[in-house]
Amino acid sequence: MSIVTVQLGQCGNQIGHEVFNAICSDVHGTHGLCSKKENESYCDACKERFFCEEESEVPVARAVLVDMEPKVISQTLSMAARSGYWKYDDRSHFCQKQGSGNNWANGYSVHGPRHKEVIMNLVQKEAEKCDRLGGFFTIMSMAGGTGSGLGAYVTQCLRDAFPTSFILNHVIWPYGTGEIIVQNYNSVLTLSHLYQSSDALLVHENDVIHKICAQLMNIKQISFRDVNQVIAHQLGSVFQPTYTAEGGLHYSRNPLGIDWQVRPPRLGLHPLSHSANKPLQFNTSIANLVILRGKDMHSVDLGSFRDPSLYTSWLNPQDAFNVWKTPRAFNKYEKSASLVSNSQFLLKPLDNVVGKAWNMFASKAYIHQYTKFGIEEEDFLDSFTALEQVISSYTIL
Amino acid sequence: KGIYDEALSSFFRNVDTRSGGDGPDIYKGKICSLKARALLIDMEEGVVNEILQGPLRDVFDSKQLITDVSGSGNNWAVGHKLYGSQYRENIVEKLRKAAEHCDCLQCFFIIHSMGGGTGSGLGTFVLNLLEDEFPEVYRFVTSVYPSGEDDVITSPYNTVLAMKELNEHADCVLPIENESLFDIVNKIHQMINSGKLGSTVKQNSLVTSSAGSAKTVQEKPFDAMNNIVANLLLNLTSSARFEGSLNMDLNEISMNLVPFPRLHYLVSSLTPLYTLADVNVPSRRLDQMFSDAFSREHQLIQADPKHSLYLACALLVRGNVQVSDLRRNIERLKPSLHFVSWNQEGWKTGLCSVPPVGHSHSLLSLANNTCVKPTFIELKDRFMKLYKKKAHLHHYLHVDGMEQSCFSEAISSLSDLIEEYNELDATKGGPRTDPSRLKIAV
Repeated sequence: MSIVTVQLGQCGNQIGHEVFNAICSDVHGTHGLCSKKENESYCDACKERFFCEEESEVPVARAVLVDMEPKVISQTLSMAARSGYWKYDDRSHFCQKQGSGNNWANGYSVHGPRHKEVIMNLVQKEAEKCDRLGGFFTIMSMAGGTGSGLGAYVTQCLRDAFPTSFILNHVIWPYGTGEIIVQNYNSVLTLSHLYQSSDALLVHENDVIHKICAQLMNIKQISFRDVNQVIAHQLGSVFQPTYTAEGGLHYSRNPLGIDWQVRPPRLGLHPLSHSANKPLQFNTSIANLVILRGKDMHSVDLGSFRDPSLYTSWLNPQDAFNVWKTPRAFNKYEKSASLVSNSQFLLKPLDNVVGKAWNMFASKAYIHQYTKFGIEEEDFLDSFTALEQVISSYTIL
Repeated sequence: KGIYDEALSSFFRNVDTRSGGDGPDIYKGKICSLKARALLIDMEEGVVNEILQGPLRDVFDSKQLITDVSGSGNNWAVGHKLYGSQYRENIVEKLRKAAEHCDCLQCFFIIHSMGGGTGSGLGTFVLNLLEDEFPEVYRFVTSVYPSGEDDVITSPYNTVLAMKELNEHADCVLPIENESLFDIVNKIHQMINSGKLGSTVKQNSLVTSSAGSAKTVQEKPFDAMNNIVANLLLNLTSSARFEGSLNMDLNEISMNLVPFPRLHYLVSSLTPLYTLADVNVPSRRLDQMFSDAFSREHQLIQADPKHSLYLACALLVRGNVQVSDLRRNIERLKPSLHFVSWNQEGWKTGLCSVPPVGHSHSLLSLANNTCVKPTFIELKDRFMKLYKKKAHLHHYLHVDGMEQSCFSEAISSLSDLIEEYNELDATKGGPRTDPSRLKIAV
């Protein structure tokens, strides 16, 4: 099964490039202690997922690159080609010249409709190249104008054109102390819109990754490249082939099959049925996925992940916890583990972003920049309402 | 000869002059003849003629000039009303021509002074024109404001009349005061002549020098000061021209730094003013660059942003500076700065990989800050001193289309602007009560 990646805006394109690099480097790297046959199986599955082996000498990434200014895409295309290991399809990109000006409304209401046809044609072409389409993986930041606004619009278009496909949005959460002044507005608008079309939002926070670079990796002068490489490594560790419980002896066919379709029961949800002795330091989870790669993956004790106190009271840990494994080492790490979690961990950051955006909205600052392009105050209110509901739902877990 | 690339194409056309005269534009490949995407307008000929005889004579297209002979007599009304109507068609035609040569026109830069007649009057007329003819294109205005001891007596009139136009028709204004430029030039002279150990300065790194030009011993007095402004515009557009890990385009500047349409006056500062010949740059020195950007002495107008209220702040870094350097310095400087309650983390940042010539890194800071208020208040005072006595008014009123109401509307516009800044200042340091959030029924 194959994934079509849609890289949106400067952030999306910069990260996308690192992701394909990480995957490629993993494929060419040491396979650790697993057998040669195992390794071949792994590499084949990986290549089918992310690359198209056309007539060209190197694998071609299954990706569409979109940006409203030309510099980043141009750089991304040439850096990939220079690696000698893989490249992008030269025709699979779309860019304009003037950018989106960090304006969500510009990205969503102007660039979106204007360029919908061209962009969706590129996506359709990539989708048709797949023998079996697993779904779409979009990469965007929610703080800027293109990734956020145009990204939200494109996600909607993907949902309309491929109603049964899995859509996973990778969303970059900006630094708390600002990269962009209107980042909280853009974030609120992006998240509320993505919620309507996306199947899952996979989040990376710049502040958290920055800490990893500083404290765990001891990098002195941290660049965006460092940050993006950590993100790419983490994404690779999630998307590279694994065996799942259902998959049996074959590498899992659906790479995006993270079951986040858990919905709270409609009736009988009493806030008081929270168990009173829940340890306060845990963020309550709806679902957890552990991915083990490399040596000793069979002997790992995962009992603590099945502890009912980790999960909300209306869920059975058996339903909420999954494990994927492969003996094949990832990216030169003899053994590695990844955790993908749907829990309250994003509550605080989300609440912060909504709070700051609301604070700014109350003063009406910058609103004229959005109404100029057709996003009115009611649209903001709708977005705030939607996110307060999300916050509320997660809070009462 | 070099290659004509996207970076050059932002400011220049590449014209095929091989068969003599103007050929078609060459879009890619070797540089043939670079022509500035510019219009030069003056109602006197002296300055423009000098440019056309100087080292840049081939860069300015002779068809993109609009000149006259008698000047505007330091009279805004003559520039705006008289020459405005006279040259309107000519200007529009030349603008359209220049715009046609662009495959994506994003922004106009208007560069003028406020205190005279042409730059101030005709300049703001052109500003109006740009809004009418090209409503979607951003209008960035670099305005040189007169200082208190300006020798043009009527400069307060000209400035206030022009300000009304800037209030209503500009997207962003970068005010510059000669006094500040002069102080910076002196500071550099002192540095060079101090003879301190280890203070050899790289000549081409001076913010007052035009990189690459033959160093003349006696530079004209304004050249050094003007070069500072040139470097400002260079740094402002660097991220749009060159690659970087966090691009910052001109439309992003307008988006992030203008929270309310009329509050679009941005105080700028450039650091470093020079680079010492010593190559090693420990991060302490890098941090000094950030500190300097917020000091009063580095601002290009007489203002002290540190002690006033920030509505928004942008930092555009060039060169070998990474996101951790930016974050470290923002964290370090934030506590000593006052931001408006609804924009406590009001930072817009950009990282451009290519440093300016002669530097390993540089920083441009743009602040939307209430520290512009004193400049405007002083301007209003100087205006009222003249206006109360009706001094020199007749020179203006006898120009066709000019009436007393132009003056009263202009001073009213300025007063309203000052009042908006007053209201914001009143919120400074006050108790912060965040508005209550939406309550949702589960």
